[in-house]
Amino acid sequence: MYPSRFRYEAPRSLDEAIGTLRDGGDYAKILAGGQSLVPMMKLRFASPELIVDINNVPGLDYHRAEADGSLHIGALARHADLEWSPVLKATQPTMAAAAPMIADPLVRNRGTLVGSLCHADPQGDWAAVMISLGASVVAQGPRGRRVIPVTGFVTGPFENALEHDEVAVEAVVPPAQGARAGGYLKLERRVGDFATCGVAVALETSAAGEVIRAGVGLTGVGGSTINASEAAAALVGQPLTPEAIEAAADLAARAAQPRTDHRGSAEYKRHMVRTFTARILGGASGTGLATATERAA
Amino acid sequence: MTAVYDDLGDEATSDIPVRRIKFTINGAKKIAEIEPRLLLSHLIRRGVGLTGTHMGCDTTNCGACTVLVDGKPVKSCTMLAVQVDGREVTTVEGLASASELHPLQEGFRQEHGLQCGFCTPGMMMAAKGLLERNPNPTEEDVRWALSGNLCRCTGYQNIVKSVLWAADKLRAEAQ
Repeated sequence: MYPSRFRYEAPRSLDEAIGTLRDGGDYAKILAGGQSLVPMMKLRFASPELIVDINNVPGLDYHRAEADGSLHIGALARHADLEWSPVLKATQPTMAAAAPMIADPLVRNRGTLVGSLCHADPQGDWAAVMISLGASVVAQGPRGRRVIPVTGFVTGPFENALEHDEVAVEAVVPPAQGARAGGYLKLERRVGDFATCGVAVALETSAAGEVIRAGVGLTGVGGSTINASEAAAALVGQPLTPEAIEAAADLAARAAQPRTDHRGSAEYKRHMVRTFTARILGGASGTGLATATERAA
Repeated sequence: MTAVYDDLGDEATSDIPVRRIKFTINGAKKIAEIEPRLLLSHLIRRGVGLTGTHMGCDTTNCGACTVLVDGKPVKSCTMLAVQVDGREVTTVEGLASASELHPLQEGFRQEHGLQCGFCTPGMMMAAKGLLERNPNPTEEDVRWALSGNLCRCTGYQNIVKSVLWAADKLRAEAQ
């Protein structure tokens, strides 16, 4: 299979890339990892007139923790960079759990976190993770830089908030106010399949074990990535008791809008959201599987 | 290289974008004149004429087309050929040296790591990527590294054994 014909530019700097996009007409696409874009072009789901390949732009392949505790992930940081990252392993439990679950090892060598956010596939794992962490995307265009929270960046299935002449240059995870805990669980039929469902939980806890901040993001159970904000809010201001976990898991399941398809029934997916939420929270509380439902199973 | 497409009659010859790229494949330097929409797998098979890289699913699922780009295993059906401009590609043909099989190839023979052989080049290249990162992998590491490559014959057991055999041999050679 071939993509349909397009013009190809491989700029050597961000300014050049932005200039190319600005002059590039209506249907330009940025090529980073290409692990979603190239298959879509081959299947002719996407037929961009112009491809702006940013792989030759130097200095975008970083991920680093800044002095203030924030984590910055450049547009060319590959999933594999994050999977094997000591920084993530030490400081970002939710991201460290998610990175090895993205697609398969070969795709992880090319695909990027920022590209995944831009692609905004409701089945994409990173959007749920970054929503749970309260992360943002930094966009750079001819009018300068702006910071867009991921909750507002993903505007719908396969839609993002970028202007046509803007490049998403990095994702930023804000500093933690307490100790980080959390995780990402994904149900998939086999390696590389899209999620039947996925749950991302990010917590910050005080020394006394009280939850200071919580975020819950859901993958693949709605027309877009779901921010289960009520489940998150229910966790804040108290320790992770079995009752709190049970309540949050119920709220997460209620926030899901699953549809029955070949990956499972809506009822099954909703049940798995509840189970995964409780399982991650149980792990974070140190009590293991913590809900009555799970104890009965 | 020459690529032949159907003429749909909607484009003038001058509208067809062509780029010239330089790249290295299995140590040999090459220049190619290609359309940007050509895939890396096609450049390798039809352009360079190295047919050891197999096209299986053509949809980023099976891993049969795995090659190394700058040392990292990637699916060559999911990368544009134009993107290897200035880069180094290694295919299964680049494993053996003169008459000597690479330990990975020897391992697949010793441990019966293939039946029909279609997935084998991709398996070997994914395994090469693993062994370069981790020369002493556990069975679990091997299974993890090959989880993007599908085999419909072997049930994977002997493929995993083959890679572990190669890892042992490479470590012994390094001492």
